[in-house]
Amino acid sequence: MAQAVEVKAGNSRLIRAQLSRRFLAAIAAGAIAVTFALFIATPLHGLVGFVLVAAVLYVVAQTVISNVVEGRRAAMNRLVTSVVVVCACAAVLPLVAVLGFTVIKGSAVLDLSFLTHTMRGVAEQDPYGGIYHAIIGTLEQVGLATLLAVPFGLLVAIYLVEYSTGRLGRIVSFFVDVMTGLPSIVAGLFIFALWILALGQSFSGFAGSLALAILMLPTVVRSAEEMLKIVPDSLREGSYALGIPKWVTVVRIVLPTALAGIVTGVMLAIARVTGETAPLLLTVFGNPALNFNPFSGAQASLPLFVFGEAGLPNETAINRAWAAALVLILIVLVLNIMARVIARFAGVRS
Amino acid sequence: MDEPESAKISMTRSSEAVPSPAGQPPKTNGAQSKDMRGRPRRRADAIFRMLVQGSGVVLLVIMAAIAVFLILQAIPALKADTTNFLTTLNWAPDSTPSSFGIAALAFGSLLTSLLALVMSVPVAVGVALAISHYAPRWLAGPLAYVVDLLAAVPSVVFGLWGLIYLVPSIIGPSKFLSTYFGFIPLFETNGTYGKSVFAASVVLAVMIIPIIAAISREIFVQTPRDHIEAAWAIGATKWEMVRTAILPYGRSGVVSATVLGFGRAIGETIAVALVLSANYEISLHILQPGGNTIAANIANRYGEAGGIGRGALIASGLVLFVITLIVNFGARAIVRRGEREGA
Amino acid sequence: MAKSIQMKNVDIYYGKFHAVQDVNLSVPPRAVTAFIGPSGCGKSTVLRTMNRMHEVIPGARVEGRVELDGEDIYRPAVDPVEVRRAVGMVFQRPNPFPTMSIRDNVVAGLKLQGVRNKSHLEEVTERSLRGANLWNEVKDRLGRPGGSLSGGQQQRLCIARAIAVQPEILLMDEPCSALDPISTLAIEELMGELKKDYTIVIVTHNMQQAARVSDQTGFFNLKAAGQPGRLIELDNTEKIFSNPTEKATEDYISGRFG
Repeated sequence: MAQAVEVKAGNSRLIRAQLSRRFLAAIAAGAIAVTFALFIATPLHGLVGFVLVAAVLYVVAQTVISNVVEGRRAAMNRLVTSVVVVCACAAVLPLVAVLGFTVIKGSAVLDLSFLTHTMRGVAEQDPYGGIYHAIIGTLEQVGLATLLAVPFGLLVAIYLVEYSTGRLGRIVSFFVDVMTGLPSIVAGLFIFALWILALGQSFSGFAGSLALAILMLPTVVRSAEEMLKIVPDSLREGSYALGIPKWVTVVRIVLPTALAGIVTGVMLAIARVTGETAPLLLTVFGNPALNFNPFSGAQASLPLFVFGEAGLPNETAINRAWAAALVLILIVLVLNIMARVIARFAGVRS
Repeated sequence: MDEPESAKISMTRSSEAVPSPAGQPPKTNGAQSKDMRGRPRRRADAIFRMLVQGSGVVLLVIMAAIAVFLILQAIPALKADTTNFLTTLNWAPDSTPSSFGIAALAFGSLLTSLLALVMSVPVAVGVALAISHYAPRWLAGPLAYVVDLLAAVPSVVFGLWGLIYLVPSIIGPSKFLSTYFGFIPLFETNGTYGKSVFAASVVLAVMIIPIIAAISREIFVQTPRDHIEAAWAIGATKWEMVRTAILPYGRSGVVSATVLGFGRAIGETIAVALVLSANYEISLHILQPGGNTIAANIANRYGEAGGIGRGALIASGLVLFVITLIVNFGARAIVRRGEREGA
Repeated sequence: MAKSIQMKNVDIYYGKFHAVQDVNLSVPPRAVTAFIGPSGCGKSTVLRTMNRMHEVIPGARVEGRVELDGEDIYRPAVDPVEVRRAVGMVFQRPNPFPTMSIRDNVVAGLKLQGVRNKSHLEEVTERSLRGANLWNEVKDRLGRPGGSLSGGQQQRLCIARAIAVQPEILLMDEPCSALDPISTLAIEELMGELKKDYTIVIVTHNMQQAARVSDQTGFFNLKAAGQPGRLIELDNTEKIFSNPTEKATEDYISGRFG
């Protein structure tokens, strides 16, 4: 029997016609050539369009040829693999485009003077002015929001992980989720309705901090909760077994163990609210001049600055917006990268 | 006496991985004798318990306050509105007689968000599959990282990019669509192009891809090895393995990720405010300038709003709040059902 | 239909880790071959190279030849998908597709191959379930989800799913380790019937099981932790359990280690 199979191994069941790499490369070359022809013959133009048309042609040709040579299943498999590759590129492309544009446009304007001057008395077409006031405003607003949200969020997380047993815990947990989905503009409207309309306070950096704190809170709670949950129970039990009271156990043993993870979560939350614009529009209002005091009077902030300058019909103003956007992105990315480095360094998953 | 001993061992063992609490047990051990006398320790425990539980309650109070204060501040404006708030298209709260309604805004919010979903969900699922099962390992990590970074870019930067780069460069494809597919009402235009619903939807799609991709990826990688190997073992191709093992397992996760992405898109303010040229019409012509959303309208009209105008904007914010509540409840219900089915 | 397997100088690696060293063996058709040995000695790994399932793990690779009736299944022209169709596999834990009905689970492989003919699918469902001794228990509820069955029934469903595509060889990776004794007995009886049509290779932790079901037995071991696993000896089951050639085999069989 073994001999019989040996003889017919040439058309064995295990072997199926397959497209070679060289053949696939030929299909790709063909697709590019046809695209060239199309772009010469028809009014199609542009690099993005070229890549798109060539990619579509390649995928179609590959699927058709594979269907004939390799069969339906293999053709489908190749098609899906191509689509997945295209999707990955489609997701990465915008990031490259956004970052690229911001760096190119922003670095043309960004210099020391831009970082150290305000917009006081600067008209939209003036080629000077800067974001010093906006940086100060953003630092103060985000700093205050962090001071408000982090301790509060930690307490809620401790409650959810270490103390909650019954219904209240489930309700709180549910509303943390609801809060996660709260649109930032609604948080801004709420502080506007409460702090400015109902309580009669003025626009201020602090009002903005309140809105940002609401947006930070669920992120802080959720990340701290996850980190507290992965603290092994043996640690708690070990502490209880020594007669250490529960709150001391939580504060001195559980929290320090989860600290690196919590810091990571907090930094990601800070990064997220640093770029928030909508709630600040309604609470901080924006201010071309420097206002150091976050508790009184309208303030500037980086995202508000970008929004304001972007809306002006003037090239110079829009260039200022790019430069401010570059600074904003740098701050956010540095926070993100630091958070990840801490997470990796401390060996927790983010 | 056996017990504390073994407990101590387990403690030091677990704390090897973490820097801080090493060397603490003896210290707290000393403090414990004082606390063991009874009351002070229990009182401290009770106070701490009240503190953390109180924080939980305060969080609930904040959520309630959001609803209450939005309603309170919206009522006067709604009373002043001489037209039906739910069906009126235009937005003139500060004129006399005051007239404003949510209809065009709510329609625009739903339209832009739905279009964004149509564009982003397939791409996001593709990216999630690329990271979880298609990309080689050396590429999957960086790819996941890049997608996460995309989520971190502030929305105002997306808005700026959309306004300066995307809007001009989308005119070509828009013309193409309206020339060759203009018979479809969606692609019909009045001959002008630019700051359109289509452009806003593309910006939103780019913004929510990382959210949907991250959640989908997380659920895809949890697909039990058993299911995946079962598919391989009956002679599945890679795509057939994905279709029989991974997609059924991840379905409810993808659906809830989609709903969450929708919630994010409908609440997005600044990027949309920069990319749309606001009007107050209900129109399906997504390629021509126009369109509006609840959130963008708040950002655009806030600066000029008088007393009634502010109340009117708060009323529209309340509608947005309710929509996002419904969306989030829906997402949670889907997740719960998915967990029950054990899929 | 049943084919033989030959392994010649097979070395298996996971990345840099050398998992299995220099395996040479021959599995005869229409018989049960059992692999025994302590945990981590590479017997499951060897089993998985027989249908190229180990390739699912990134970084895994094989050197040497694995032949199906003399045909090397690692030649570049060979499609692993076709190999797996020819060499079915049953796993440690029963793994029916949770979202599919009993019927759909059985014919999942055929449906992937594009078989749409209803009456043919019905026929295969019944034949495979009968072949797996499950037909009488489930014939009235073929539309129920596969997960609704008991563990032992699920494992027999997985066997039905594996034989539905009419493979030439059936690999079983500790198929009874998650089952109760009665279900185990049912699977062991089933193996006795299946070997009339199929070549069966089974990995088991349970020496009694190997002695009960197999015609020949291979003993795997590793010299020390971190060393690659090796095939110590392969012989008639009777001989392995009564008079093994190698001292290590005897020590293991008599329970002196492992």
